[in-house]
Amino acid sequence: MALSTEDIKKIAHLARIEVSDSDAAATLSKLTGILGLIEQMQAVNTDGIVPMSHSQDVVQRLRDDVVTKTNQREAFQKISPAIGNGSEARAVDGGLYLVPKVIE
Amino acid sequence: MINSSLKTLAQMLANKEISSVELTQTFLNRIDAYNPEINAYIALDHDRTLAQAKAADARIAAGSATPLTGIPIAQKDIFCAQGWKTTCGSKMLENFIAPYDAHVITQFDNAGAVNLGKTNMDEFAMGSSNETSYFGGVKNPWDFSRVPGGSSGGSAAAVAARLCAAATGTDTGGSIRQPASLCGFTGLKPTYGVVSRYGMIAFASSLDQAGPMAKSAEDCALMMNVMAGFDERDSTSLNRDKEDYTRELYNSNPNKPLQGLRVGLPKEFFAEGLDAGVAKVIEDAIAEYKKLGAEIVEISLPNTSLSIPVYYVLAPAEASSNLSRYDGVRYGHRASEYTDLMDMYCKSRAEGFGAEVKRRILIGTYVLSAGYYDAYYLKAQQIRRLIAQDFEEAFKKCDVIMGPAAPSTAFKAGEKVDDPVAMYLQDIYTISTNLAGLPGMSVPAGFATSADGKPLPVGLQIIGNYFDEARMLNVAHQYQQVTDWHAQAPTLDKPEGTA
Amino acid sequence: MEWEVVIGLETHTQLRTNTKIFSGASTTYGAEPNTQACEVSIALPGVLPVLNKEAVNCAIKFGLAVNAEIAPRSVFARKNYFYPDLPKGYQISQYELPIVGKGAMTIQVPAVGKNAAYEKVINITRAHLEEDAGKSVHGAVEGMSGIDLNRAGTPLLEIVTEPDMRSAAEAAAYAKKLHELVQWIGICDGNMQEGSFRCDVNVSVRPKGTEKLGTRREIKNLNSFKFMQQAIEYETRWQIETLEDGGTIQQATVLFNPDTGETRAMRSKEEANDYRYFPDPDLLPLAITEADKARVSAQMPELPEAMKLRFETQFGLTSYDAASLTASRELAQYFVEMIDAGADAKPAANWVMGAISAKLNAEEKTLAESPVNSVSLASLLKRIADNTISNNAAKQVFEAMWNGEGEVDAIIDAKGLKQVSDTGAIEAIIDEVLAANAAMVEEFKAGKEKAFNALVGQAMKASKGKANPAQVNDLLKKKLGA
Repeated sequence: MALSTEDIKKIAHLARIEVSDSDAAATLSKLTGILGLIEQMQAVNTDGIVPMSHSQDVVQRLRDDVVTKTNQREAFQKISPAIGNGSEARAVDGGLYLVPKVIE
Repeated sequence: MINSSLKTLAQMLANKEISSVELTQTFLNRIDAYNPEINAYIALDHDRTLAQAKAADARIAAGSATPLTGIPIAQKDIFCAQGWKTTCGSKMLENFIAPYDAHVITQFDNAGAVNLGKTNMDEFAMGSSNETSYFGGVKNPWDFSRVPGGSSGGSAAAVAARLCAAATGTDTGGSIRQPASLCGFTGLKPTYGVVSRYGMIAFASSLDQAGPMAKSAEDCALMMNVMAGFDERDSTSLNRDKEDYTRELYNSNPNKPLQGLRVGLPKEFFAEGLDAGVAKVIEDAIAEYKKLGAEIVEISLPNTSLSIPVYYVLAPAEASSNLSRYDGVRYGHRASEYTDLMDMYCKSRAEGFGAEVKRRILIGTYVLSAGYYDAYYLKAQQIRRLIAQDFEEAFKKCDVIMGPAAPSTAFKAGEKVDDPVAMYLQDIYTISTNLAGLPGMSVPAGFATSADGKPLPVGLQIIGNYFDEARMLNVAHQYQQVTDWHAQAPTLDKPEGTA
Repeated sequence: MEWEVVIGLETHTQLRTNTKIFSGASTTYGAEPNTQACEVSIALPGVLPVLNKEAVNCAIKFGLAVNAEIAPRSVFARKNYFYPDLPKGYQISQYELPIVGKGAMTIQVPAVGKNAAYEKVINITRAHLEEDAGKSVHGAVEGMSGIDLNRAGTPLLEIVTEPDMRSAAEAAAYAKKLHELVQWIGICDGNMQEGSFRCDVNVSVRPKGTEKLGTRREIKNLNSFKFMQQAIEYETRWQIETLEDGGTIQQATVLFNPDTGETRAMRSKEEANDYRYFPDPDLLPLAITEADKARVSAQMPELPEAMKLRFETQFGLTSYDAASLTASRELAQYFVEMIDAGADAKPAANWVMGAISAKLNAEEKTLAESPVNSVSLASLLKRIADNTISNNAAKQVFEAMWNGEGEVDAIIDAKGLKQVSDTGAIEAIIDEVLAANAAMVEEFKAGKEKAFNALVGQAMKASKGKANPAQVNDLLKKKLGA
């Protein structure tokens, strides 16, 4: 399938990556080449082949329901980013991570 | 000393011929001298490093040393190491100081090894030349105008330039083996699940595997003894008995040490696209193996050419999801100006990720999106099984598979940056083992002369069956007993430091 | 036109585990923000999930409780979307292969107006394990939202029904029954205030008698049965009116506003959701063997359906009474304890569903808060059975017990409520009554039946209500030669 710059922008939005119009055009040409490579798969008959998610045929191991983690809020929030928009302060307040207002 | 094997260094440390502090300082001096040019390391902390060396000396003195106690190791910057800046080669994590240790880091710490610093890499391990790093490219120590390969380019250059005793790398599609080939040293990607991925920043979870990058197979075996092992924090870590990866190295028949070894040569690995100079080196290596007693079997891995398309669906799909956590909320890069939440997400990610990472996120997002999943993702997983079945068939006829690790020698910096497809083809011989989850190695096998007259290293790839690392290491080791390609080091044109 | 409403529910039940579904962080409710947000909860680079065994056990318990297929192999998938309370940018859930498959539950729909109570089977489509998201807190800092990830990673079992319900009452009855069931089998604390049990309700309408489902709207996050019923009733009326006015229903997610009693569509998303589900490569397939099921089954309490049947056959209770007593595990337990303490089944059932329920309702108390425990109530019933007190006196004793005035026998003594069953004493009283009421005796002998009752009344009065009424009757008949 041939992509358009509109498609690129839609995909980029889904991936939450800002793209300018010129970025989208440049990305389009590169992605078209890569998708061309990927298209080679379509020539293969894969009827009845079980998809392979893992290389080993093993099953999920289960963990005992025992608390092993302690409070590390201070260490973890030391690396929080600056708020931005003119504020160099860490994007945390009263232990909460701060983000622009979430609207439903 | 910088060329000494890990075993020799351990003996010197044990005999008090040298202290870990002295050994470490020797490497730090070389790093200070050469790293500004080569750019192999992106995080150094001499004080912290020397403190570890000092602690190692105390441990050696106390008589509780392990084979790697006091040995200076370079760590790929993909492993979280508490208190160390851990960037994964990305602007996104430029200021990220890891608050915890990866399993691999803990294993080296427990062994008493010394962390020399964090090595440069392609951003989020996406690349085959180290040119996607936010912190700049890495120079190939054999020819500074050329790339070291990638994504473990910093570790590769550090090992080749003797800026460390050994290094760690990770391999999702060839990121240990291709740089090992391009820089002329020994690298091993173990069976998927043998080394814990905990604390190793994820690129493509079902393919990522850490492994050693070192001067010889024996050194790799010693590194594996530290890196491998079950870790309950990684659901895909395999719960197997602890192995001694050196166990097969020292008990072979001295005349025909590899008598009866069946070496499979896949015809697809010697077809169009392979550089003639590389092909010649590989043929010579195979001839050497025959002398060691190996028997050559022609095999076929018919789906080899499909490994690249399959990989470029699966790896970006997993990556697009793995990299969603970098949203500027809790850590990492947040845009300095934004209007609302959506804008903050889109700008932070647009600014924090480089072009190749963004391309792969977009491909991954696209192949997983509604209406395309079956045609791309599911199809790729089906072909992945076909590729794994090719190997299963092949291993009925042979014990190990050999071929080139990369289609060419090191290429010029900038040569393929604008052509992602050409770059992706660098991994044509390595990707299929990741898809199958098999172990693979690259072993120095000689040199091919470039168009501009430079002798450049060529790596022989050895692919083994699941959990056959010890045997593969011996297959490489026996070759290294009769050749000295692995012992050759580039002559660096800068004067050495004080050491 | 006559319309029919079609309702299906998706319920998120927080599983009662000590730790999160994929990490060893505590799930205790109400901790300071982000103090239970470990490296996995906040999705630091490089962290990995490992599945909690207890969360799996909870899912198996539920599957067994609704007679569902439990998948021998189920798969965790990533649901990808960006939201600040979702730190990885994806939720680990189950998509194509859930742990619990098709099952069913029988619900009791209570009588409403002239419609009698009835039972109905609601089919369960599936139940799958997934992780909860964190919480957004508003108003902490101007123009910003605060994110608390303590809840992120709390195990959830999402239970999905077929669109089998046909009224708000049925939906509420199902939700209540499910709410009781998950507490009964101990997999959820049922605390709706704390969000441990949250319902999303899919509502559509169609002309009665037609098969094709109408376009549905989903009412999100209902955390009270009352609101659920109100929301569905409002939504149903709104959809019918919209269609009757010639409008069409757009698929939407709506919220219920308890203050106005109305539903309203959430701000429409700029894009259709495209969650890009794919199997989580960090997790392996979850295998459940017959042995696992047997092990979990052995830990399970007797289920309400089985207990109800047992109450009917073992104690001769009616189906209605048995159902009422097994409406909650607490209630059933209380009843069983009374039997174990020697109470007879039928009076025990009557007292539990009568006096106890009435008091609890009036005082808005739970059974656990009842001042009268099962053993005390059983001893009261024993005093009725052994004729120590009359039924009327028992009511007074119960009242006193409820008010904390002491144990049964002490209250009977203190209040002098002991029944006189001594034949000699009663005969003496009757003799006095007969002597004092010669006229009434004559009337009786003349055929006036009413006079007999009057004489009984006099005798009871003379005994200050303590004489055993049955004995008074018998003795009086004997004396009068009746």
